[in-house]
Amino acid sequence: MLKDITLGQYFPGKTVVHRLDPRTKLLLLIVYIVALFLAKSWYSYALVLAFLTGVTLLGKIPFKAMTKGLKPMLIFIIFTALLNLFYTKGGTLLVDWWIFEIWSDGVRTAFFMVLRIMMLICGTFLLTYTTSPIALTDALERLLSPLKKIHVPVHELAMMMSIALRFIPTLIEETDKIISAQKARGADFETGSIIRRAKALIPILVPLFVSAFRRADELATAMECRCYHGGDGRTRLKVLRYAGIDLLAFLVGAALLAGVIVLRRFGL
Amino acid sequence: MSNLIKAEDLSFTYPASGERLALPVFEDLNLEIDEGSFTAVIGPNGCGKSTLAKHFNAVLLPTGGKVWVAGLDTADEEKLLEIRREIGMVFQNPDNQIVANVVEEDVAFAPENLGVPSPEIRQRVDEALKIVGMYEYREHAPHLLSGGQKQRIAIAGVLAMRPRCIVLDEPTAMLDPRGREEVISTITRLNREQGITVILITHHMREAVGADRVIVMHKGGILTDGTPREVFSQVELLRRAGLDVPQTTDLLFSLRNAGWDLPLDALTPEECAEAIAAAMKSNN
Repeated sequence: MLKDITLGQYFPGKTVVHRLDPRTKLLLLIVYIVALFLAKSWYSYALVLAFLTGVTLLGKIPFKAMTKGLKPMLIFIIFTALLNLFYTKGGTLLVDWWIFEIWSDGVRTAFFMVLRIMMLICGTFLLTYTTSPIALTDALERLLSPLKKIHVPVHELAMMMSIALRFIPTLIEETDKIISAQKARGADFETGSIIRRAKALIPILVPLFVSAFRRADELATAMECRCYHGGDGRTRLKVLRYAGIDLLAFLVGAALLAGVIVLRRFGL
Repeated sequence: MSNLIKAEDLSFTYPASGERLALPVFEDLNLEIDEGSFTAVIGPNGCGKSTLAKHFNAVLLPTGGKVWVAGLDTADEEKLLEIRREIGMVFQNPDNQIVANVVEEDVAFAPENLGVPSPEIRQRVDEALKIVGMYEYREHAPHLLSGGQKQRIAIAGVLAMRPRCIVLDEPTAMLDPRGREEVISTITRLNREQGITVILITHHMREAVGADRVIVMHKGGILTDGTPREVFSQVELLRRAGLDVPQTTDLLFSLRNAGWDLPLDALTPEECAEAIAAAMKSNN
């Protein structure tokens, strides 16, 4: 049951989007988010949406995967839409019933807000769908490496992140086992009030934490035995290198940003 | 043959912590491991086998005496990486020694730490994966593999350092019989074909039978040391130490007690069958 959790799920593939340097993708995501927040009109939204659709098609990401990713955010999206719908005043009054007033500007803001959130989520998913977690941590380490000069432990943070990612499936499996073991001894996780159910989690969490610490200890010894001594003098199996397609991608990103800014200038 | 590892009057005591008293493990232990040999270390739980293994690559340092690895003193901190590169170590639980979530990235971990240039890392990774027969799985996620496969990945991860010796601390304890077979045949091959010195710490007598030399540990000391035939024929001594003997030896020992004239050093099932057949013939 817990195995269905998808964290940073990655769809392996060999498309152009997959082959881009992860640093390029990370930077492009930032450009995309900036463009999305600068967009104000139908035209600029259409431009950003065209970019999103283009990348999705190029990366051969099934449309279903995108909508599935949106599902957990549904409540948040609806809430934002309602808030904007009822609290924005301006334009013509469309509905006036009891204490509710809906103005035309409210409809517009709510619509754009929902569109923006959905596009933001989709864009982020696109990154995790087409980039393996290892490549992502690698990219983060490389992009943030200038911070090492001011003693930010960039390598250590990246190492922690990749180990955390590595142990997620292992710990999920372990949680499943502990749940089964506790159920076999008559533990009840499904009935009772929320407080009772939260309390029922304690016999799962305690052994899980104990075993996680034990694992961490063993892993540290195993890493030492394989000559790990921090990030100094470390080389990599796969060295990130920008290629021609990365330049092209940056140009497309720049064009997107420029387009949105120009449209904004003209008040469109 | 020259010795690769040498323990001289080795003593070790786990320091006292909190309410726990200091726990002495060995006192004045002397041991030499020859380069290119296949040594099995057996003994009951708590006899100090794992503690001894951790001294071979300076994870633990002796509280008395010295451990020499390829002529280097393990207490010399300057030589730490050099020692750990020579002596690879594989642990019991494969899940807790795999660092990355792609097989080849994990195998590359040690050479990356050693600062090996990228093209050579690629070469070493491919070579190590081919030796353990996991090359086709290089792009898989380790948590989807079987226990035996994961343990072979762990061995490949150590091989990528190009060590002279591999110490395996109960590598098969968490595996099913098939996984156990995979791992044992892999390490036997490493010793025979690659000439790598192997030290196998194990609970399974059958695994020790394939070694060149068997060391039996008991209460922090060496109870007996010799070829598998020499060691396993001392059935009474082993039993007193709380250890099993291989099933073949067990059978021969029972038959001997029943008055049959049989040797105790027939270790493989075939040898055992032949010995019994010969005894029956001469009896008729």
